[in-house]
Amino acid sequence: MPTVSVARELLHTMLGRVYTQEEFDELCFVIGIELDDVTTEKAIIRKEKHLQENEADEDEEVIYKIEVPANRYDLLCPEGICRQLRIFLRVEKMPTYRLSRLPDSSILKMIVKPETAVIRPFVVCAILRGITFDQARYASFIDLQDRLHQNICRKRTLVAIGTHDLDTLQGPFTYEALPPSEIKFIPLKQAQEFTAKELMEFYKSDLKLKKFLHIIEDSPVFPVIYDSNRTVLSLPPIINGAHSAISLNTKNVLIECTATDLTKAKIVLNTMVAMFSGYCDEKFEVEPVDVVDPVGRVTRCPDLSLRTMDVDLSYIKKSIGVPLQAGEIVDLLSKMQLTSKEIDGDKIQVFIPPTRSDILHPCDVMEDVAVAYGFNNIPKTRPKTSTEGRQQPLNEFSDLLRLELAMAGFSEVLNWVLVSKKENFTLLNRKDDEKIAAIVSNPRSSDFEVLRTSLLPGILKVMEHSKDVPRPVKVFEISDVVLLDPSKDVGAANSRHLAALYCSTTSGFEIIHGLLDRIMNVLNVPVDGYTVEPSNEPELFKGRQAKIFYKGSCVGSFGIIHPQVLKNFDIPDPCSYVEMEIERFL
Amino acid sequence: MRDADGAERALLAFLESNAEISNSEAFARDLGVDHELLAGTIKSLHGFGFIEAKDVRRESWELTEEGLVYSRNGSPEVQVFDAVPAGGISREDLQRKLDDSVFSIGFRKAMSNKWLETKPLVSRKVLKVEDVVKQQLLDVKDGKNLSAADIDALKKRKLIVPKVWKAYSITKGANYAPTRTKAATEVTREMLLKETWSEVAFKPYNFQALGQPTEGGHLHPLLKVRTKFRQIFLEMGFEEMPTNNFVESSFWNFDALFQPQQHPARDSHDTFFLKSPCKTQTFPEDYLERVKTIHEQGGFGSIGYMYDWKREEAEKNVLRTHTTAVSSRMLYKLAQDGFVPKRYFSIDRVFRNEAVDRTHLAEFHQIEGLICDKGLTLGDLIGVLNDFFSRLGMKKLRFKPAYNPYTEPSMEIFRQVYPLYGSYHEQLNKWVEVGNSGMFRPEMLLPMGLPDDVSVIAWGLSLERPTMILYGIDNIRDLFGHKVDLKLIKSNPICRLGM
Repeated sequence: MPTVSVARELLHTMLGRVYTQEEFDELCFVIGIELDDVTTEKAIIRKEKHLQENEADEDEEVIYKIEVPANRYDLLCPEGICRQLRIFLRVEKMPTYRLSRLPDSSILKMIVKPETAVIRPFVVCAILRGITFDQARYASFIDLQDRLHQNICRKRTLVAIGTHDLDTLQGPFTYEALPPSEIKFIPLKQAQEFTAKELMEFYKSDLKLKKFLHIIEDSPVFPVIYDSNRTVLSLPPIINGAHSAISLNTKNVLIECTATDLTKAKIVLNTMVAMFSGYCDEKFEVEPVDVVDPVGRVTRCPDLSLRTMDVDLSYIKKSIGVPLQAGEIVDLLSKMQLTSKEIDGDKIQVFIPPTRSDILHPCDVMEDVAVAYGFNNIPKTRPKTSTEGRQQPLNEFSDLLRLELAMAGFSEVLNWVLVSKKENFTLLNRKDDEKIAAIVSNPRSSDFEVLRTSLLPGILKVMEHSKDVPRPVKVFEISDVVLLDPSKDVGAANSRHLAALYCSTTSGFEIIHGLLDRIMNVLNVPVDGYTVEPSNEPELFKGRQAKIFYKGSCVGSFGIIHPQVLKNFDIPDPCSYVEMEIERFL
Repeated sequence: MRDADGAERALLAFLESNAEISNSEAFARDLGVDHELLAGTIKSLHGFGFIEAKDVRRESWELTEEGLVYSRNGSPEVQVFDAVPAGGISREDLQRKLDDSVFSIGFRKAMSNKWLETKPLVSRKVLKVEDVVKQQLLDVKDGKNLSAADIDALKKRKLIVPKVWKAYSITKGANYAPTRTKAATEVTREMLLKETWSEVAFKPYNFQALGQPTEGGHLHPLLKVRTKFRQIFLEMGFEEMPTNNFVESSFWNFDALFQPQQHPARDSHDTFFLKSPCKTQTFPEDYLERVKTIHEQGGFGSIGYMYDWKREEAEKNVLRTHTTAVSSRMLYKLAQDGFVPKRYFSIDRVFRNEAVDRTHLAEFHQIEGLICDKGLTLGDLIGVLNDFFSRLGMKKLRFKPAYNPYTEPSMEIFRQVYPLYGSYHEQLNKWVEVGNSGMFRPEMLLPMGLPDDVSVIAWGLSLERPTMILYGIDNIRDLFGHKVDLKLIKSNPICRLGM
C-alpha cells in the first residue's frame, strides 16, 4: 500500500479541529486508511543521513505517514486525503470539477503523429490556469507525480506524466516518435544539449532515471513532444525539457500524460487536475486541450464529467444486511464523495466523480455505503447455509500416517518446497534430466531455483543443522513434492511423499527397514503384498539400498545415504533413509 | 588385590574397632586396592548413611615430562659437565656432543653453578659434581618430602607440577552396620516372586532430579496448530478443498479473480514465475472468453478495467500466490456442476517472491475459509468471523475497510487481545490485524456461471503468525524450514487454541 506524508498541522487546520493521535488513528481506521508512522521532516532527513535520533528539536513539525488503499489514486496526496476526510466529516461538500468554457478556436491542440503507435500510442493533456503554488503545494505537486508513477503508472511503463510552464511554450503541440539521434534538447537539470541517443547513455549512471530507460531503449523511434517552435517539452517516459520546467512562480501549467494504456492515462490526468485545480483562481476549473489523433479525430480532455451508475437499493440492503432507507443511503454516499439521488424502480442513481475511478460495479457503491455506515455498526448475523464438514481424503490419510510415524519414535520436520538446483540434483549425486523438476524462472536467489522432487534435500539440510543433537536422530516428513506431469493442464503435479531418516554412529539400516515394514503394516499391506528389490540409486550406498514395489510398481526406495552425499551436506554420521509416494495407498 | 565388595567389607570391619580412617588413600594402599575403586565404595556407603565421609585434599607433586627425562638421564647441567673431557673442549664441539636443549639449559646452568669455565676452551672448574636435581626428582617420584626451597626451584624449572589428591576421612555414619545389605532402587520381579519387597531397604528417591526422557516421536508445532484450525473448520461444517497443486496458471491465480494483468502483485518482484513448465494451454475456453470480456469491457453491471487483456499473460505459470486460486477453480466447478450452498476451507502453502526476513518467508501456509450461498450479507461475514475467531479465543473483533482486487467490500480483521496466547493483560485499545476478509466481486463470480444472487464471503490468514505468537517464536525460520531446532519440535506444548 502506498504511503503519503501529511503535516499534522495541515490536517488539523483542514479538519477544523485538533485531533489527538488516538482520535486521528480511529478516524483513519473507520475510513480505511492507516496512520502508519509519526515522524518529523528533520527525523526523516536524519534517518537518510544516518544521524542520531537524540539531535531532535522540540519544535519540529510533526508529520503523519498515512497508508492509503492501492485503488484510491485520489488519496495519494495530502490534498486528496484532506478533501476525503473533510467530506467524510461533512466539513466540506463534494466539489464539482469542471472544464472552463472557451470557444473551440482558443482551445490548445495536441496533434498525435501516427509513428507514436509503435512505441507509446496515447496522450492526454490538460491545463491548470491561474494556479498559485507555495512551497508545500509545489512539493506536493511533484510528490503526487512520483506516487502516481510508482503505482498506477507501473513505474512509468503504462503512463508517464510531464508538467510544463505553459507560458514558456507556444501551441499547438505535437506528439511524435522520431529516431533518437534526431531528437535534441536540453533536459531538466542539465545545462547542455543532448541528443536522445546521448541521453540514454548519459542516464545509465543516473540512479533514478536508469530504471526507466528500458521502456523505450530498444525502440527505433522515441516518443517526444514538441511545441510549435520545435521546443522539446518532454522525452516521455524519461525526462522533460529544461525549457518548460515549472517553478514556484509558474502560473499556468500544462499537464501531458503519455501512455500505453489510455484508461489509466485518463485516470492519472483526472487525478492530477482534480487535486490541484483547487489552487487555481477559478477553483476546480480545468482548461481543456484537444487531442487530435492521426486520423484527425478530436478528443477533448480531460473528461471531468460525472459517470452515472444505477444501483438497486435492494442490492445494497441485501448485501450489507441492514434495512437502510433510500435517503440514508444517499446521505451515507455523500460522505464518500458520491452524490446520488433516488430514482424510480427502487433504485438510486449515483454520480461518480472523475476522482473515483475505483468504482467499477454497484458492489463498489455498496461498499461505500457500508464504510460510511461503519463496518462495526453492522449487526452480526449467522449464515443459514447448511453444510457438512468434510476432509480431503489425502489430507486425512496423511495426518493418520503422521501420527503413526510419531508413535514409531520419529519427529516431524517441515521443509520448503523451493530448493536450489544443486541441492535437488548435484549434491544428491544426480543430474537434472529436465524431465522431472519444475524450474522457477525468476528466483530471488539460488535457494528458490527448483521445486523439490523428493523430500531428501530438505531432510539432509535439517541434519546439516543438527550436528549437536544427541544421536540417534529420527526425523520424518510427509509433504508434497512437485513433478512435471504433461497430463495436467499446468504441466506439473504435486505428489504426496513420506520420508524418514535415521542418523546415528551406525547407519541403522535395519531400523529404517523395520519402519518400512511398520508403515506397510499400518497401511494394511500384508508382508507378501510388497517386495523390496536391490537397487542402484546414486544418492544411496551400494548394496544397502532397495526399491519398494507395491502392486507391480515402484513406490519408493530405502537405503543407507551415500557417504559422498553425506559429505556434500556436511553430515558427520551415517544415515539411513526411506522415501515413498503415499497416494497409491489411499 | 581385593574387589569392591572385599574393600567394602574391610572398610566396615575396620570401623567396627576403630573410630576413624583419617586418610582413605593410605587405607587403600594398606588394603592393596586402587583408591579410585575404594572411592566408589566410599561414596556409595556414604550415600546410604553407613559411613560419614569427609573430603581430604592433599597436594602432592608430580614430575613433568621434562622432569621424568632428567630423573632417568640426569640433569642437563650434569650431562654437560660429564661431557667435558679433562683437557677441555671447544664450545662448538661440546654442543655437537649433546642434544640442543640439554646443551642450552645445561651449559647455562653449569656455568652459573661455576662448574665450568671458558678460557676459551670449555673446561672443568671443579673435579666432581653431584646430581642433586636428579636425586630430588627421584625423591618427588617416590613421594618423599622436599624442602620448600627445593620444591620451588624445581617448580620454577617446570620439572614438577602440583597434583591434587582427593581422599576421604571416614567415620561411622548414622546407619552404620558391620555389613550392609544393598538398598534397592527398583521394585523387581524377583522381589515380588520371593516376597522380599517388605524386607528390602529402598534407596531414597531424588525428587529434585528430572525423570527419564520419553522415547516417542513428536509432531511439528506448526502442523499441530494446523490440525487445530482444521478441526475448527470441520466443526463449523466446512469442506476441505484439494490444494495439492502448487503450480498454477496466472489465469486461475489472477485473471479468474478479476485481478488486472498490470496489477503489481503480478510483477516478478512478487510472484514466482516458472521456466518449466512455463505455461498452461488448456483452459475452459468459453469461460476464458468471459473473463477476457469482463476485464476488457466489463459486463454484469461492471465497467471492467478497460485494457487489452492478453491470453499470453494468463497462460504464464506461477507458483500460486494464494490458495484463493484453488477457490476460484472450486467455485467454477460448482457453477458447472450445478450450484449448491457450500462452505469450503483449505490450509496449504503459498509462495511469494519477496525478501525473506524474520517474519517473511518465500513460502508460508495460508488458511482460507469461504461460504457460498444465495443471499449472504456483510453481516453474515462479520457473524461468521466472530464465530471462527472466538473459537481461537479472540472474542472481540473490529473490521477496517481495505482494498483487494477480488473482494468488495474488503475488511481487515483486527483482534483486541489474544487471551489464549497466554497474555491475560488486557491492553485495551490495542488492536492487531489478524486476517483479511471480504465478499468476492460479482466480476469474479458471474463469469463462472454462478447464479447472480449467489454471494461468496471469504477470509484468510497465515498459519505461521498465530503459531509464532502461540509458541513464542520471533524468527519464522526457527519454525519452518531446515534451520529449525529439533529441540523445539520435541519440546512444545499441545495446541490449546481457544480451549
